Amino acid sequence: MEMQAEDDTLEKEVHETELEIKNAEGLHMRPAMQFVDIANRFDSEITVSNGETNVDAKSIMQISMLAATCGTKLKVKAEGADAREAVDALRELVEEKHFDEPMPGR
Amino acid sequence: MEIKKGIAVSPGISIAKSLIIDSEDYRIPRRQIEPSQRLTEIQRVRNAFKDAGGELARLEAASDHAEGSKIKDIFAVHLRYLRDRSLRKKVTDLVHTEFVTAEYAVSTVLRDIAAHFKKQDDAYISERAADIYDIERRLLKQLLGRKREDVGHLTEEVVVVARELSPTQTAGFDRKFVKGIASDAGGRTSHAAIVARSLGIPAVVALEDLTEYVLGGDTVIVDGNRGIVIVNPDDQTIRQYEEYSREFIELEHRLDAIRREPAVTRDGTEVTLLGNIEFPDEAEIVLQKGGDGIGLYRTEFLYLNTDREPTEQDHYEAYAKTVRVLAGKPIIIRTMDLGADKYTQSKRFAPEPNPFLGLRSIRFCLQNLTMFKKQLRAILRVSVLGDVKIMFPLITNRQELMQAKMILYDVMEDLHEESIPCNRDIDMGIMIETPSAALTAFSLARDVDFFSIGTNDLTQYTLAVDRGNELVSTLYSPADPAVLRLIRTVIQDAHKAQIKLGVCGEMASEPEHVMLLLGLGVRTLSLTSPMIPEIKQMIRSVTIRDCNEVARKVLSMDSERHISSYLRNAARKVLPEAF
Repeated sequence: MEMQAEDDTLEKEVHETELEIKNAEGLHMRPAMQFVDIANRFDSEITVSNGETNVDAKSIMQISMLAATCGTKLKVKAEGADAREAVDALRELVEEKHFDEPMPGR
Repeated sequence: MEIKKGIAVSPGISIAKSLIIDSEDYRIPRRQIEPSQRLTEIQRVRNAFKDAGGELARLEAASDHAEGSKIKDIFAVHLRYLRDRSLRKKVTDLVHTEFVTAEYAVSTVLRDIAAHFKKQDDAYISERAADIYDIERRLLKQLLGRKREDVGHLTEEVVVVARELSPTQTAGFDRKFVKGIASDAGGRTSHAAIVARSLGIPAVVALEDLTEYVLGGDTVIVDGNRGIVIVNPDDQTIRQYEEYSREFIELEHRLDAIRREPAVTRDGTEVTLLGNIEFPDEAEIVLQKGGDGIGLYRTEFLYLNTDREPTEQDHYEAYAKTVRVLAGKPIIIRTMDLGADKYTQSKRFAPEPNPFLGLRSIRFCLQNLTMFKKQLRAILRVSVLGDVKIMFPLITNRQELMQAKMILYDVMEDLHEESIPCNRDIDMGIMIETPSAALTAFSLARDVDFFSIGTNDLTQYTLAVDRGNELVSTLYSPADPAVLRLIRTVIQDAHKAQIKLGVCGEMASEPEHVMLLLGLGVRTLSLTSPMIPEIKQMIRSVTIRDCNEVARKVLSMDSERHISSYLRNAARKVLPEAF
């Protein structure tokens, strides 16, 4: 499921970051939906990798199939004019808001 | 055009668009398409995603915030799957590269995804497989016909096509719109077949792989007389069948005219024609068709229809309703005949390797006395409402009969002590449907009021043939000399003991066997109600003298093939339009 940028335009920004899933239930239904919804707000091509698989952040099927659980680290890479904004928005969702979900009990 | 041969289980002809029903765990069969069809199939995939998405969006909008946002969340997530282009592309790619139907591609791709989730250790993720199945079903519903799950609310005539139908599904069919039934699995005696017959819907079963050849909306001809199903017939075939169907309906109308006439031979011998029924509602149909009462009231439906075991009151209400419809005409209630089926198999830790030779029918009852007594109490309680008789199935030896009788008397005592009225002289009989019962009929006859020969099981057990198994089903014939000898023995022993005797197996509803049975001395036939007029017509067309001659000849023959062709010829001479 390698994604390829369709047009290699001149000024293409590339941003990458690593995010850790911290909510207890991992990237299950609702978090996956939130993740995909945010990714879809941007024009950039966004890919997510768990080290083994590289998937399209805008596809709920592909994101779900990463089967990311609490503690999984994901590499997010955005390419395009709004790449920085996209990565920031996803970081906010995953690492700051934790999908508005509970964290694991201590 | 594709012609498939199966087993005809309910007579009549129907031509209509197909409606495909499948059970949840059923895999859509792989069906190849021509390269030129790919674009059409890909468009079908796209439309299915779009329409399923539309349906979900409406559901999501309609679901109230207040009643738990969880449901709304689920719809929202499913909607995103349906709008996921990469998912859709996976499906269309499969159509494109593998030349398969839209249904197969949808099912394969989504089940792959579900399997991927299922093997994850994390429960939150593995449980998502159920969501994927749900999405698959939603897409298949679009592809297989819009009203697929809505058989109860049909608006146009259809032929129902399925891998297998449960009796519950079949019983729910709207006779006005369901014009025919065709299924891959099933046999002549499967419950779905019995229900189809009693509803008068033409049906063909055991078509093996029919579902691989039919798409929702294809035109399908069901020939319930000859056991043929034709998919996408050409114009000429349709015309032929329309003609054939008209003739068949004309015959039915002509038969209607003799409904009120007695079933009496030309030389004055009276025959009693009774109906076989499954549900209380059918009692009315038996009377409409000119039946003199009910010779076999199957009670299994009470057990198959609900998730819980029926209560005594459930039994009582169903029986009372039926008995009241009959208004004094006789009715034989057969005790529970379950065993080689889901109900009892699912209650078992290990399914039996050989259910037809296992714990079924009366054997099951004798080992589950609480359940058995519930039914007996209900039967005895309705015995005061009409001419009710009780019948035990699958008796194989005298000891079983004595046990069953003893339990019946116990229940009578209980009722007596509770001052609940019942007919203590209720007629009690048994089905003769095993070779052992037939061979010991002389002894069993001493302890019962009547015999009823169940030719289906008797044939199956005598010839060691499962007729649902198409590899050997041609060996199945009640006209086999071995079966006929047993039947003759039973009839003679019943006459000697001066007890009543009837035939309630399928043989009684087959026009070609009427002369033989009358010639062997049978005077009571119990059969599926749609066949009553035709059998009555047959009886009214023969003389007992001719029947005796037929029986004498047949008993001297030593091959099933000769017997069958002789019987068909003899019957055709008497009533050519029935063949």
